[in-house]
Amino acid sequence: MALSYMTPAFIIERDQSRCISCQVCVRQCANDVHVYDIEDDCVYSEDANCVGCHRCVTLCPTHALTVRQNPLEFRPHANWSNQVLRNIYRQAESGGMLLTGMGCDQPYRVYWDHMLLNASQVTNPSIDPMREPMELVTYLGAKPERLELGADGEPIETQLGPQLRLEVPIMFSAMSYGSISFNACESLARASQEAGTFYNTGEGGLHPALYRFGGNTIAQVASGRFGVHLDYLNAVAALEIKIGQGAKPGIGGHLPGEKVTPDISATRMIPVGTDALSPAPHHDIYSIEDLRQLIYALKEATGYEKPVSVKVAAVHNIAPIASGIVRAGADIVAIDGLRGGTGAAPTQVRNNVGIPIELALAAVDQRLRDEGIRHRASLVAAGSIRSSADVVKAIALGADAVYIATAALVSMGCHLCQNCYTGKCNWGIATQDPYLTKRLNPDIGAQRLTNLLRAWSLEIKEMMGGMGVNAIESLRGNRDHLRGVGLNQVELDTLGIRAAGL
Amino acid sequence: MKRIVIHEEHCIGCRLCEVHCLVQHSKSHDIIKAYRRERTELMPRLIVEESGPVSFALQCRQCDEPACLEACISGAMHRDERTGAVVCDESKCVGCWMCIMVCPAGAIRQNTLGTRIASKCDLCYGADVPACVAHCPNGALTYEEVLERNGGEA
Amino acid sequence: MRIVIIGNSATAVGAIESIREHDQGAEIMVISEEGPMIYSRPMLSHYLAGEIDRSRLAYRPADFYTRHHVALITDDPVVAIEPAAHQVTTSTGKVIAYDRLLISTGGQPIVPPVPGLDLEGVFTFTRQRDATRLARYLEGQGEQRAVVVGGGMIGIKATDALIKRGVQVTMVELAPAILAAALDDTASAMIKRLLEGHGVSVRTENTVTEIRGDGDGRVSTALLKDGTLVDCEAVVFGIGVRPNAGLASAAGLQVNRGVCVDEYMRTSDPDIYAAGDVAEAYDLVVDMNRTVAIWPNAYRQGAIAGAHMVGVSRPDPGGVAMNTVEVMGVPAMSIGNGNAPEEGHDILAQIDERAVTYKRLVMRDGRLIGAILVGEIDRAGIYTGLIRNKIDVGQHRQRLLEGHVSLLSLPEQYRKHVVQGAGIEV
Repeated sequence: MALSYMTPAFIIERDQSRCISCQVCVRQCANDVHVYDIEDDCVYSEDANCVGCHRCVTLCPTHALTVRQNPLEFRPHANWSNQVLRNIYRQAESGGMLLTGMGCDQPYRVYWDHMLLNASQVTNPSIDPMREPMELVTYLGAKPERLELGADGEPIETQLGPQLRLEVPIMFSAMSYGSISFNACESLARASQEAGTFYNTGEGGLHPALYRFGGNTIAQVASGRFGVHLDYLNAVAALEIKIGQGAKPGIGGHLPGEKVTPDISATRMIPVGTDALSPAPHHDIYSIEDLRQLIYALKEATGYEKPVSVKVAAVHNIAPIASGIVRAGADIVAIDGLRGGTGAAPTQVRNNVGIPIELALAAVDQRLRDEGIRHRASLVAAGSIRSSADVVKAIALGADAVYIATAALVSMGCHLCQNCYTGKCNWGIATQDPYLTKRLNPDIGAQRLTNLLRAWSLEIKEMMGGMGVNAIESLRGNRDHLRGVGLNQVELDTLGIRAAGL
Repeated sequence: MKRIVIHEEHCIGCRLCEVHCLVQHSKSHDIIKAYRRERTELMPRLIVEESGPVSFALQCRQCDEPACLEACISGAMHRDERTGAVVCDESKCVGCWMCIMVCPAGAIRQNTLGTRIASKCDLCYGADVPACVAHCPNGALTYEEVLERNGGEA
Repeated sequence: MRIVIIGNSATAVGAIESIREHDQGAEIMVISEEGPMIYSRPMLSHYLAGEIDRSRLAYRPADFYTRHHVALITDDPVVAIEPAAHQVTTSTGKVIAYDRLLISTGGQPIVPPVPGLDLEGVFTFTRQRDATRLARYLEGQGEQRAVVVGGGMIGIKATDALIKRGVQVTMVELAPAILAAALDDTASAMIKRLLEGHGVSVRTENTVTEIRGDGDGRVSTALLKDGTLVDCEAVVFGIGVRPNAGLASAAGLQVNRGVCVDEYMRTSDPDIYAAGDVAEAYDLVVDMNRTVAIWPNAYRQGAIAGAHMVGVSRPDPGGVAMNTVEVMGVPAMSIGNGNAPEEGHDILAQIDERAVTYKRLVMRDGRLIGAILVGEIDRAGIYTGLIRNKIDVGQHRQRLLEGHVSLLSLPEQYRKHVVQGAGIEV
């Protein structure tokens, strides 16, 4: 088409009294937004290409730049928003599905922001985390029905199944090598080791250079079975069968052939340049019995030494689904809510399919307790855990631990421009372009991730201490520490919490 | 002696090192003033090499047996007593280019912006951390104790 | 231990700085035939050109000797060395004992025995007092015309200095081309054109056979080999230097054209070293010992000799002949065997007539052995490094000629070695 109807989404504002034409912005923008004009000795910007990633703003040595949303205004319309209109313009030009990256950005209710925590006053004294030990250590895995003690009360004769020991109840969620760069994977692996937690390989397999972090790695077995071989299974601490993810429940994944570099080809065990297609279902799991078979196949293959997790997207009827998974033999059930992120997904699926994790978590936790099987599997909640407060609330709602991904990427530099699927991530995260992947130095990435976990741990301890709780297990499922604000009765009931004031 | 260590795998080719080298050696030490008023007299003392996705910022390697010091006819190239760095005394340099002819790293350049003398890194004379190291956004330059170093001696 | 150094130039400084780096206790004495200021001979052309004043000729600060605890005897050349007795004798009769001796007597300017050398207005160009006298002589003149004998490095530098003083120069050179030892025909022709563009008359296959006076004992005319008469007020000999090895041969040391030395600069006597323009040391490009009278060799050899004297082993990997000259702002460099013939060598050359830039690289068996650069000399030392380290660049040959030579166009392991330091295989 001769003329695109798309107007720029962002406008670059350059303070000419501060711009020194050093051209750092020109070099750093992967979208060729900034151009140096040698005749006029100045830098000008092609606003149309800007995705709002702020790389130029951050690196500009004189802070001469800022990025604004294009203030282009339509006639006010409560129904046909700017975003909806732009989507249609784009589809009219491309004839294809709208693609996007990261998590749902629509204004659905964020339940975390409607739950408040308790604190101790008068009758139940607070605990000072600076002076009393605070236990954040968490064990993920099937817990026994009861304890069998020997004569005289010891020793404990009950055998415990394989457990993952977490120093903090926060793990890094699945992000495949292919959707993110090797440097990003290495950063996650190193930070997991440093902080005493785990990261998840996602469906891209495990790069040989990262086997040394196997003790802090959860290996995913997804529908495409990329990179799944015996060494892979044995190199890691736990396995996870991926049934779905919160960003795109019910559909598969697609890594375009251009991104299947020799390194990714070797890791995923597919030919260079071929598309990496993960089908929607596992083609060998068509019933809950099939799932059980796969769970036990993995356990057999690894000598019953590693916990097996099953990850599902939070959808309608998540509670019976989770119950079935637990009964199928999973040691851990990971639930990924509506807001979960991705490297690439159709926009409409990302924004409209699935349910919020807060509601799913509460429903699943309650259902498992009601059925008396809550102990048989640990629950991990995922799908936009944005702060330490969200972590505390998630645990209070019933999670054993949380998975973070978006927060991890943000700490490494992501600005949520949602253009991951283009492979031109200016921060070196969601890209395989060697020019760009250099920008994420794993020394720095790992340090930033470790800092994040440390910072959140300190805050969790503060909040726990304030509640008079000194061990994370006292918080788990303790809905009474939560109160709702601005929620209707159905929501309160689903979450299993009382309204504030009551 | 502390020297600048180059980690080419982390260099992103942004050239902020060049910008800050310039500012450090300017009179104003202010980035906007230096670029506005002093640009025609300043050149960066490091060289950013780029080929495809590989890039790095190269500055004087501070050799233990500096070829430039041996070749300098005016005595301008000398080892500074306080810092131990190999430095060009610009008041003595006559621009004979012998140092350029012998430096195996090619780390010395002609300053043709008026003074016609040799221009090279001086470890930001007196600073705790050289400006390029301090401002590299990705850790591609570090300042570390290096026991021995000779630029090109095999 | 007492160390005696004969000579007071680059070699002596190299030796002193090297000795003091390792040993604060050894006694060092320098005996020089000139005054106390250590000056740099190559700087004389800048001085003559009026670019620097006399104070900037100083190669090291005035307190160099006191700071390094060096005793100094000036204006008193050594006249004899007695190796068996371990002593030297000076012109005023001083007898000085030594444990180690370094002969760094440098080079003697070559002056052909033509009639008229004793006229006023005849100069060589190697000593500071020569340059000072020449400068003063020219100041006193009305018209200024000079004949420069020698179209090599020294002759060109003298000519360049004289042009900058406004002197009209005729340059004569015996060989068919100027700078024939260093440059090839193309580069030589470029320099010749440059000189002629500045009014210099360049006469090759020619030389001065007689210098004639004006009757008052001052130079007035030079008679050339081809019979031409050139009116002039000065004749400057810039042919070159020969090793000043008389003392060494008189002492019975092994002398070829220069004093023969090993990789530690030791002569045939284990306690006597020689370094600099007087010595004949290993040249790694031609793979034999020869005298290459250039400043970097002088300093480095002095440093090696000094180190060895105090027990530090720093064997000389060998020198590379090289030099750089500038004609009215246009630089020309010759490194190694830059003007090797086409036969038996792999030559890469690139010329840009308009910008007066030229590059000629000589390779053999995939290794760089020489380079000539005119006009564009940016980062030329990279080529020198390749020559010194004998790096196999066969597969990278095309990239060597790129406009701006870079380390990234060289074999990766070598680049990493240069950039990241020792420990990477070269």
